Amino acid sequence: MAVDSPMQRAWRRLKRRKGAMIGLGVIVVMILVALFAPLIAPYDPTAQSWSAVRKPPSATYWLGTDEVGRDLLSRIIYGARASLSAGVISVGIAISIGVPLGLVAGYAGGLIDGVISRITDAMLACPFLILAIALAAFLGPSLTNAMIAIGVTATPIFIRLTRGQVLSVKAEDYVEAARAVGNPHWRIAWRHILPNVMPQLLVQATLTIATAIIAEASLSFLGLGQQPPAPSWGSMLNAAQRFLVNAPWMAVWPGLAIFVTVLSFNLLGDGLRDALDPRAR
Amino acid sequence: MSQFVLAVDDLVKHFVAKRSAFGRSLATVKAVDGVSFTLRPGETLALVGESGCGKSTVGRLVMRLIEPTAGRIVLDGEDVTALGETAFRPFRRKVQLIFQDPFASLNPRMTVGEILSEPLMLHDIVPARERRRRVGELLQMVGLQPSHAARYPHEFSGGQRQRIVIARALAVEPRIVICDEPVSALDVSIRAQILNLLKELQARLGLAYVFISHDLSVVKHIADRIAVMYLGRIVETGRADEVFATPRHPYTRALLSAIPVASPEARRERRILEGDVPSPLDPPPGCHLHTRCPYAAEICQTQRPALDDDGAGHATACHFWPTLPEQRDILPAEGKIDPRLERLFGAFAGTEA
Repeated sequence: MAVDSPMQRAWRRLKRRKGAMIGLGVIVVMILVALFAPLIAPYDPTAQSWSAVRKPPSATYWLGTDEVGRDLLSRIIYGARASLSAGVISVGIAISIGVPLGLVAGYAGGLIDGVISRITDAMLACPFLILAIALAAFLGPSLTNAMIAIGVTATPIFIRLTRGQVLSVKAEDYVEAARAVGNPHWRIAWRHILPNVMPQLLVQATLTIATAIIAEASLSFLGLGQQPPAPSWGSMLNAAQRFLVNAPWMAVWPGLAIFVTVLSFNLLGDGLRDALDPRAR
Repeated sequence: MSQFVLAVDDLVKHFVAKRSAFGRSLATVKAVDGVSFTLRPGETLALVGESGCGKSTVGRLVMRLIEPTAGRIVLDGEDVTALGETAFRPFRRKVQLIFQDPFASLNPRMTVGEILSEPLMLHDIVPARERRRRVGELLQMVGLQPSHAARYPHEFSGGQRQRIVIARALAVEPRIVICDEPVSALDVSIRAQILNLLKELQARLGLAYVFISHDLSVVKHIADRIAVMYLGRIVETGRADEVFATPRHPYTRALLSAIPVASPEARRERRILEGDVPSPLDPPPGCHLHTRCPYAAEICQTQRPALDDDGAGHATACHFWPTLPEQRDILPAEGKIDPRLERLFGAFAGTEA
């Protein structure tokens, strides 16, 4: 007899959602492209060629070249590494700080909750991108610092979400039952509350990766992220803005890459939200 | 002292209902207002009363899931009132809780095996190697299969889930089980099965039950003794058969006369109380019932009646109980049930496990 865990049920429901599966498919392809970039890219993404400056898309350069003759396709492929890792790593930072803090705030309540929640409120009062730009500028321009800045800026979202979910799960009978059989507090939080908060966190993480990819692109566009000559979709857009009229392909491809990736994460996140909704059968 | 597994003395619990901007309490609900009772090993004490009378709060206070405002809880001869969370933890082996809603009281992300082995692990009851076997035994004890351990709660019906909840409570080999409305969320056809299971387990394991219920027909089936609660106080307590046969407190009489009976021709006296239950935020002074009681006099408005024992263990908190007109036939005698209904009951009796 097959054991049917809640996660397996959610996966079955997710498979029925076309949008989410397309999103997941695109994301998997993107990840593979990023991982195997050296094998796929037709050219060195940083190799300049003065004989092929700002060439439109052709059989030789499928997506055209940029202002110093670098192959755009190769740069997009390598740029996927910066964008995806920025999305995943910064959200990883946000989760690893935000979830424990939210769990403690929601479970302990009282003064601890008051302090954590007020700091969260204060951070959420600043616009996301402005805060990320300020932090990145403070830390100094590099891809690593951009990731840290985005991660820290995204943390309050996870604190607040976790806290709210913990508050609702904490009131469930099975949490009271866990106390009644003699679970210590840390075990109740870890074994009984956190697993029941995970679905909502997974949805939020997927959606926040999309936001983080845009934030990385924005920071790189402003010169605070990936440093030249290493490629990133944001810095490619930055370079393209001076040639929008003469070489629009320079802006179109990185823009499209950002668009498709962010859309895919959003589709997957929406699908996950529906699939993990306990009310849906 | 240790003739009782549980003795509760003058237990009080106030909930803060409203706070000022600075956190001072402005209004309190006296959910439990001076409740005392005792429980002998192997005995079933039923706490009955309508919604909001504080019976579930008493259960949670005894479990130390909430902190009492005042009073004493003596568990198996030891005063546990002052113990903190960690110090009380060993006592959780002695007293366990069965919840009302079997759909809410099992963690949806743990298998039945994980749910049942957790208490075994926490209290180090059986060594890790033997836990699987013990989980299987527990499942069999409540009428399920050992193979069910690998499944998740959502794969079971309400009655089966309640069996799992019972198995979890029994895992620590408790002496007392607090049953908080254990059958009121279940289908009527399942209730008898679960009640019989509880009775059978009590006989086998010598469990003492605090059986919290608003359903008097269920209580009649299972209780040895009854404590009737109204607005946070016990108004009448005694042996179940006695309270059912000769209820003394006006509230108990009204409660008993509200039990539906399966014989439409039966003659019975109806005692219907006027009005609603007063707000527990602002209960009436004196006897809480005086606003609705047909026998109320002046003294009832000012003086709280003591729980007055008749010397034979039947106690009533009413100033006038000795002089109230005697009342019988609140419940019609047994055996006058419509034969068609009897056949219907027979059909269900056949399915009882």
